[in-house]
Amino acid sequence: MRIPCPYCGSRDSSEFSYSGDATLTRPTPDNADAMFDYVYLRDNPVGLHREYWYHAAGCHAWLKVTRNVSTHEVIEAVLAHDEAAS
Amino acid sequence: MRYSLTSLLRQTLTGHKGWTPQWRDAAPKAEYDIVIVGGGGHGLATAYYLAKEYGLTNIAVLEKSWIGSGNIGRNTTIIRSNYLLSENISLYELSLKLWEGLEQDFNYNAMVSQRGVLNLYHSDGQRDAYARRSNMMRLNGADSELLDKEGVRKLYPFLNFDAARFPIQGGLLQKRGGTVRHDAVAWGYARGASDRGVDVIQNCEVTGIDIVDGRAVGVQTSRGAIRAKKIGIAVAGSSSRVAAMAGMRLPIESHVLQAFVSEGLKPIIPGVITFGAGHFYISQSDKGGLVFGGDIDGYNSYAQRGNLPVVEDVCEGGMALMPAIGRARMLRNWGGLVDMSMDGSPIIDRTHIDGLYLNAGWCYGGFKATPGSGFVFAHLLARDEPHPAANRLLLDRFRSGHIVDEKGQGAQPNLH
Ligand SMILES: Cc1cc2nc3c(=O)[nH]c(=O)nc-3n(C[C@H](O)[C@H](O)[C@H](O)COP(=O)(O)OP(=O)(O)OC[C@H]3O[C@@H](n4cnc5c(N)ncnc54)[C@H](O)[C@@H]3O)c2cc1C
Ligand SMILES: [Zn+2]
Repeated sequence: MRIPCPYCGSRDSSEFSYSGDATLTRPTPDNADAMFDYVYLRDNPVGLHREYWYHAAGCHAWLKVTRNVSTHEVIEAVLAHDEAAS
Repeated sequence: MRYSLTSLLRQTLTGHKGWTPQWRDAAPKAEYDIVIVGGGGHGLATAYYLAKEYGLTNIAVLEKSWIGSGNIGRNTTIIRSNYLLSENISLYELSLKLWEGLEQDFNYNAMVSQRGVLNLYHSDGQRDAYARRSNMMRLNGADSELLDKEGVRKLYPFLNFDAARFPIQGGLLQKRGGTVRHDAVAWGYARGASDRGVDVIQNCEVTGIDIVDGRAVGVQTSRGAIRAKKIGIAVAGSSSRVAAMAGMRLPIESHVLQAFVSEGLKPIIPGVITFGAGHFYISQSDKGGLVFGGDIDGYNSYAQRGNLPVVEDVCEGGMALMPAIGRARMLRNWGGLVDMSMDGSPIIDRTHIDGLYLNAGWCYGGFKATPGSGFVFAHLLARDEPHPAANRLLLDRFRSGHIVDEKGQGAQPNLH
């Protein structure tokens, strides 16, 4: 599995560490129900999955990667920072 | 047909022509008292104990493929109860006790072999952690022994004791741990359940769960609708998908775990060894193949196959621990879908939907739990209350903060 890092180009997935579902939004701390959802519950879908990968052995950027979890095909990787800004 | 020396002799004299199929390949009926979704080890064991312990036999086990095609036939066959937390030890120790009597109980040769499980330690800190674990195990009724380096050397003289980076200081030994022939476990439970009247139905995928007024009343399947008074979900890596049919989101991610087997060799490894300084564990099957594995690949996956970095990592661990392994050729490897829970421990509970019960979150270690899991899930389904050995492995523990996190990793499934 190779991940196309916007800075470093196509790199082996073993250079990255994985941090799961990137579609979740952190709720405000006073909303206990929403916080429980955010911390513990996952859609865990088949097919396309948006997820965080951190380029630990590269540029240290956080990426949002779109990957097909049924085939391991990596579709797209963008900087999480750019997405958050837009 | 009961298996015994007499039945073997009788068949031998008649040319082995009288053996009958071991279980009925049943067709679905329109309605059951209890439907179990998933014909893996846990689903089949649940049906078996429902029939045997609770006298409930109007039961179907629905398996989307053939029984034994999931993790029950893909795991590396290790059984043990060497956990740290009492919530887990009580279940896994119940399970280990059931393994000890299983073959007599279900009259089937599952090759239960208590050859000992040894976890190596390589630092003072790790020794202290294992001493603590060993004490916890004893406090909770499991057996354990802390070995020093010479103790380990007596068992396994060929290990790389004085490796510059990770010298072996000793190990935590559970003598009652060992290995079991995994697919025979599926067949033994299927046969035992089927003999008592349970329908084991293969090639029957559950595609929907029917809910009326907050109550689960049946399932839609690839072989038609089936009504049920109670529905138990035991689908391991597919837990989130099946729960989603009832509108539920679970504290679970599906990941892939790989296993490896070498060519057949003469006996070299009498027990099970785990490397404490990396992700590697190994045993030798009775056919002679070295059976080994390591960590999960570490990302969400439904692919039932892994990638090369883990292959490399596992082989490096093997070489670090026992360099002799470098002379053996790897024959095959494969992957299975594991249901990684948010605290690394299983969930056996009712759901908020009446009549719908969940057995999930087994991570990479649910084979050893098969008899125990089936036993306590049967109790839950029959009595509508958790079995005492599993009454802290409930679904709402994540909300209430009573998580059961052996490693203290937090809600990060790929780190458990
Ligand atoms: C490579 C590997 C090594 C492992 N090694 C060990 C080990 O050494 N020791 C240990 O204790 N554990 C080990 N495990 C974990 C253990 O195998 C699992 O935790 C355990 O087998 C899961 O329970 P099960 O047997 O019921 O699962 P499975 O056998 O996977 O059963 C689930 C069944 O549900 C079926 N299913 C899914 N969706 C549907 C549907 N919609 N309708 C109908 N049926 C459905 C599947 O086809 C499957 O047969 C390992 C796992 C893997 C992958
Ligand atoms: Zn990069």
